[in-house]
Amino acid sequence: MMKQMVLQRIAIGFATLLVVSIIVFIMTSWLPGDVAAIILGQSATPETLAALRAQLGTDQPLVFQYFGWLGNLMTGDLGISKAGGATISSLISSRIGNTMMMAGLVAAISIPLSITIGLFAAMHPGTTIDRIVTFCTLSTISVPEFFIATVMVLILAVNLQWLPATTYLTGDETTWQLLKAVAMPLITLVIVVSAQMIRMTRAGILNVMNSPYIEMAILKGVPRKRIILRHAFFNAIGPIVNVIALNLAYLVSGVVIVETIFSYPGLAKLMIDAVQTRDLPLVQACAMIFCGTYVVLIILADVASILSNPRLRQPK
Amino acid sequence: MTDQATAKEEEVIAKLDAFAELPDAPPKRGLKLTWVGKLGVAIVVFWLIIVVIGPSIAPHHEMDMDGDDSFLDAYSGEYGSFYLGTDYIGRDTFSRILFGARNTIGISLVATLLAYLVGITLGILAAVKGGWIDMGISRVNDAILALPTIMLGLIVIAAFGSSIIILILTAALIYATSVFRIARALGQDIMVQDFVEAAHARGEGVWWIIKSEVLPNAAMPLATDFGLRLVFVVLFISSLSFLGLGVQPPASDWGSMVRENLQGLTYGSYAAIWPALSIASFTIAINLIVDDISAKSGGSLAKKMV
Repeated sequence: MMKQMVLQRIAIGFATLLVVSIIVFIMTSWLPGDVAAIILGQSATPETLAALRAQLGTDQPLVFQYFGWLGNLMTGDLGISKAGGATISSLISSRIGNTMMMAGLVAAISIPLSITIGLFAAMHPGTTIDRIVTFCTLSTISVPEFFIATVMVLILAVNLQWLPATTYLTGDETTWQLLKAVAMPLITLVIVVSAQMIRMTRAGILNVMNSPYIEMAILKGVPRKRIILRHAFFNAIGPIVNVIALNLAYLVSGVVIVETIFSYPGLAKLMIDAVQTRDLPLVQACAMIFCGTYVVLIILADVASILSNPRLRQPK
Repeated sequence: MTDQATAKEEEVIAKLDAFAELPDAPPKRGLKLTWVGKLGVAIVVFWLIIVVIGPSIAPHHEMDMDGDDSFLDAYSGEYGSFYLGTDYIGRDTFSRILFGARNTIGISLVATLLAYLVGITLGILAAVKGGWIDMGISRVNDAILALPTIMLGLIVIAAFGSSIIILILTAALIYATSVFRIARALGQDIMVQDFVEAAHARGEGVWWIIKSEVLPNAAMPLATDFGLRLVFVVLFISSLSFLGLGVQPPASDWGSMVRENLQGLTYGSYAAIWPALSIASFTIAINLIVDDISAKSGGSLAKKMV
């Protein structure tokens, strides 16, 4: 029962990835006009046009182009960037480590932080602390990411002058220098991602608190702290894991803004630069990486919520 | 005889009144907001008025480089007619915020309305018709929903370039998907209610049922959702502008104003802070209203949907 559901979910995930690749491909190939003519411009002759079209593959029907592109994508051959002519795989591999490091650090800090704060707020509902937490998290999720980033620059870089406002990574920093360089984007992302997780953790626990067995525990006199930590928390783990995966997916959009504002040399910055210069092969590759990660995380979230539901463990 | 009849009538009326007091009686319409909600309404109304009259009350034009110096607020105490100082090339920050309201809020409103028009039409159509129409629209919808919104925006702008029309269409398309999902779910919920079945049995047409039974019942949850969706669209549009991919200079827009003046922060200028605060005040105000409404009246459904 459970295995079937998980397998089914993963199958749907693969189908979604395929559809996503079709959307990305069509959107970026559906350009008005002939790409070869645009590249060659004034110097185009019928012969050079035909040669370039054959080289780019644009003389083939769109379906063939798509499968060719998908095949190349699978084998890691991402093509050549229009600007500068470097291979896309080398451009991406030089950046992806930075973004992964950032995402990993954000996850490592924000997950324990938000579960703790969310639990704490759920333990004291209606108190001043709970209200402050609710107000702060609601405000954070209703302002743009760059607002948080701007305020952080104002406080930490301009007024206190503790941290640099932009990130320069040369590759041979000491650990301390590295930490200091990534601190600003890191803090911003942690705030943005945690706000949603805190809200959902709190809501998840309070939701479980409405169930009959919690009422039973209250009636038989179990202390509130013990009810939350021993009764409610373990039953809320499923929804909470779900929330964590969903919010790591949310990192994808947060990272785009934050890398730009702090000039952090990651994958998102590469993609924004590519969009600005309309370097479409590079945009396609970056978009596939981000969307793929997003879809995989969403599937993980779904699988986690299936696995955590004990009713699905036994076949009926 | 007649006395008996009136007595009976009175009894029935008394019973009906008693029903109105029962816990599952239909909720009374009409809204009472707390002061937090009223504050939200006041801020939103303020910005909507600015959208309309902003450009005509602005002391300077959004594109005029009237100030002699850039970042006036950082370098001199003399503000003159530049109430909030000047930006990185000497344009009046205050006037640009007044002009920018029209772009930021105006574009978002149009995009959200368009998203609603498309989303509700297709959603209720899918719920009412069912079958392959429902299947077809839902699958396409799921595929678009499976992508992060900012990625979709970036892909579209990489392909088509950025203009106000493209921005509105992109935002409308992206957010129509979530409106569709909600409208379809609400529509399906309502379609199985007894009063809709009764209307079917009476022989009413599909259009009449949508207009008179489905829409009035879906209106309240959809209205709260409209507020939240507008917030998302404002955040989406200003994020793109902030990345330099939304509203193009020299037109003013709150997102791009933050980007342009970011460097000024290091000199002590607040030119980037004011537009950021404007966005924050607008989006937080809408959230306050929505929170207030959902806490009061049957908002659990609307909250669950978001």
